[in-house]
Amino acid sequence: MLDELFITVMLTSVPLIYAAIGELVAERSGVLNLGVEGMMLMGAVAAFGAASYVAHPLFGAYVGIIAGGIAGGLTACIFAFFVLGLATNQVATGLALTIFGAGLSGLLGAPLVGQAIEGLPRYSMPVLSEIPVIGGVFALDIMAYLAVFIVFLVHRFLYHNPAGLVLRSVGANHHSAHALGYSVLKVRFYAICFGGVMAGLGGAYLPLVLTPHWAEGMTAGRGWIALALVVFAAWKPYRVIIGALLFGGITIMQLAGQAKGWAVPTQFMSMLPYLVTIFVLVMMSRISRLSIGAPAELGRPFIPGR
Amino acid sequence: MITLTPRPFVPWQFVLAVPFLAVALTVIIGAVIFALLGFDPGLTLYEFFIKPLSQPYQFGNLLVKACPLIIIGTGLVFCYRANVWNIGAEGQLIFGAIGAGLFALNFPDVTSKWFLLPMAVAAMIAGALWAFLPAFLKVKMRTNEILVSLMLTYVAGLFLDWLVRGPWRDPMSFGFPLTPAYGDGALISALILPGVGRLGQLHWAVPVSFVIALLGWIVMQRSKTGFQVRVMGVAPAAGRFAGFKPDTVSYGVMLCSGALAGLAGMIEVSANIGQLQPNISFGYGFTAIIVAFLARLNPLAVILAGLAIALVELGGDAAQISLGVPKVVTGIFKGILLFLLLSGETLTHYQISWKNRNG
Repeated sequence: MLDELFITVMLTSVPLIYAAIGELVAERSGVLNLGVEGMMLMGAVAAFGAASYVAHPLFGAYVGIIAGGIAGGLTACIFAFFVLGLATNQVATGLALTIFGAGLSGLLGAPLVGQAIEGLPRYSMPVLSEIPVIGGVFALDIMAYLAVFIVFLVHRFLYHNPAGLVLRSVGANHHSAHALGYSVLKVRFYAICFGGVMAGLGGAYLPLVLTPHWAEGMTAGRGWIALALVVFAAWKPYRVIIGALLFGGITIMQLAGQAKGWAVPTQFMSMLPYLVTIFVLVMMSRISRLSIGAPAELGRPFIPGR
Repeated sequence: MITLTPRPFVPWQFVLAVPFLAVALTVIIGAVIFALLGFDPGLTLYEFFIKPLSQPYQFGNLLVKACPLIIIGTGLVFCYRANVWNIGAEGQLIFGAIGAGLFALNFPDVTSKWFLLPMAVAAMIAGALWAFLPAFLKVKMRTNEILVSLMLTYVAGLFLDWLVRGPWRDPMSFGFPLTPAYGDGALISALILPGVGRLGQLHWAVPVSFVIALLGWIVMQRSKTGFQVRVMGVAPAAGRFAGFKPDTVSYGVMLCSGALAGLAGMIEVSANIGQLQPNISFGYGFTAIIVAFLARLNPLAVILAGLAIALVELGGDAAQISLGVPKVVTGIFKGILLFLLLSGETLTHYQISWKNRNG
C-alpha cells in the first residue's frame, strides 16, 4: 500500500520535473515563458496522437515521447519568433501561447477523444525493487529516469560548462553579454526551444503514463504549477526534483484523502496544490529575489544595438 | 536576422490600423490552419463569423456576450496600463457572483428591482476582496501577482463548486448541483427596444457596460488618477519622483479590476442563468485579457473589442454544434489575435529590416 502510494507520488511529479526544468533554463537566459501550459498540451496531444497512430504495443509509446518533444519544441518556436524577433511583451505573449496551445490541441485532439493507447511500460529491477517503501524508485518507467538524468545534465551544463556560463550571463546582464560578443538572441532561442521540448515531454507523460487517453485541457494547471516550481527551486536545478515530489505528494495525499472519506469536503482538498503554491511563492519572495538567484533580466526584451 | 530600429515618431495611421489588420490577418491564418486540418475553410469562416449574425435577434445575443467582456476588459486596461498583471479576473468574477448570491439566496421573496443595487455592491466588494489578496502580496511581499491571481482562480472555482453542491444546494434540485432559483428582485430584466421589442437575450446590463467603459475612458484620459496610472506603467521612476505612490496605484488598479470582474459575475448570473451552478462563466475573465489588448489598452475601444471577441465566442458556440469541434478551439483565433496585436505594438514603435547584423 505504502509502496504503491510512493510510486504514484513519483509518477505525478515527473511531468512537473520536465516542465519546470525546461522553464528554468529559459528563465536563466532571461526569458519568462508563461506558455508552459500550452506547450504541455501540444506535447500531450501529439504524443497521444502519434502513439495511437503507430498503435504498436512496444514502439507506440516511444514514438509518442518523440512526437511530444517535437511538438513542444515547435510550439516554443512560435513564442521565440515573437519575443525575440519582434521583442514583444513576454507576459502577454506567453498568455497568448497558452490560449493558442489549448485551442489547437483541442482541435487536433477532437477525433482522438474516446480512444485508448498502450501506455509506457514500467520496469521493475530485480532485487532492488523488492526493498520496502523505497523499492518503488526502482520500478518506474524510462521517462521518469530520463527526467532525473536531464536535471543532472542541466546542472552540469549551467555550472560546469562554458556554454552554461554564457547562458547565465545573458540572463544576468544582456547588454554586457552582448558587448562581450555573445549573441543574446541566439542563446535565448536555444533556451526557449529547450524549454519547449521539455514542456512537450512533460505533457507527453500525461497520456503515455498517467491516464492513457486524451481529454482537452488535460494538463489542468500543471504548466502554471511548474512556473511556480521554478521560483520554489530558486532557479537551481536539483531543487526542482524536491519541489516536484512535494507537489506530487500533496496531489496524491488529496486523492488518497478523498478515497478514505476524510471529513474535509473534496473541493477543499483539491484547493491544496494551488494554496500551497501561493504559500511557497510568498515564502520565497520574503527572501530578496536576487540573493536567491532570480535572473536579473527576467522578462526584459533585448533589442540588439540599443 | 530581424533588426529593429526605433521610429523617430509614430504615425497615427499605424496606431489606428494595427487592430484592424490584426483581426483580418487572424481570420486568414485561422482559416489556413483549419484548411490544413481538413476542414473546408469557407464553411469554417461562415460558421464562425457570419452565421452568428445572420438573424437580427443574434445582434442582441452578441451584445449580451460582449457585456461581461467589456466590463472586465475596462478594469484590466487599468491594470495593464499600470504594468500590474492581474490574470485572475476569472476568479474575481466567480467571487463576485458568490457575493451577489449571498444576497439573492437569503432574500428570495424581494420583488423590487432596487434589490439589484445592494447585490451589485456585494458583488463588487467580493470581487475586489479576491483581487486584494494578490495585490497585498505583491505590495507587501513582492510576490508575483500573475501566479497568485491565477492560482486563486482555481481556488474560487472549487469554492463555488463546494457551495452549490453543499450548503447552498437547493434541496428540491433532485441532486443536481444547483442553488434555488433567484427571486424576481434578483433578476435583471430583458431590455425591450421601442419599435423592435425583444432582441434576443438583450438585457439592461448591456447599456450599463457601455457606461462603465465610457466612465473608464474619462478617468483614464481626463483625470489625475488616470494620469498616475499611465505614468506608473510607462515610467515608474518618473512617477515616484513626481510623488506618486506605486503601492497605492497597484492596490487601486487591482481592486478596481477585481470589483468590475465581480460585477460582471453578478450580471452573468442575474441576467442569463438565474441561479448559481458549478460553471457560471465560460472563461470571460481570461478572454477579457485579449479584449483589453485588442482595445490597445483604451477603455473606450474596449466596447468595439468586446463586440469583436464576442463574435468569436458566438462562432465557437455555433461551430461546436455544426463542425463538431470543442469550444476551446476559439483559442486558436484568440491566441493568434493576441500574437498579432503584440507584434503590431512593436511595428508601430520600431522599423523592421532583415539586414544581417550580429544580434
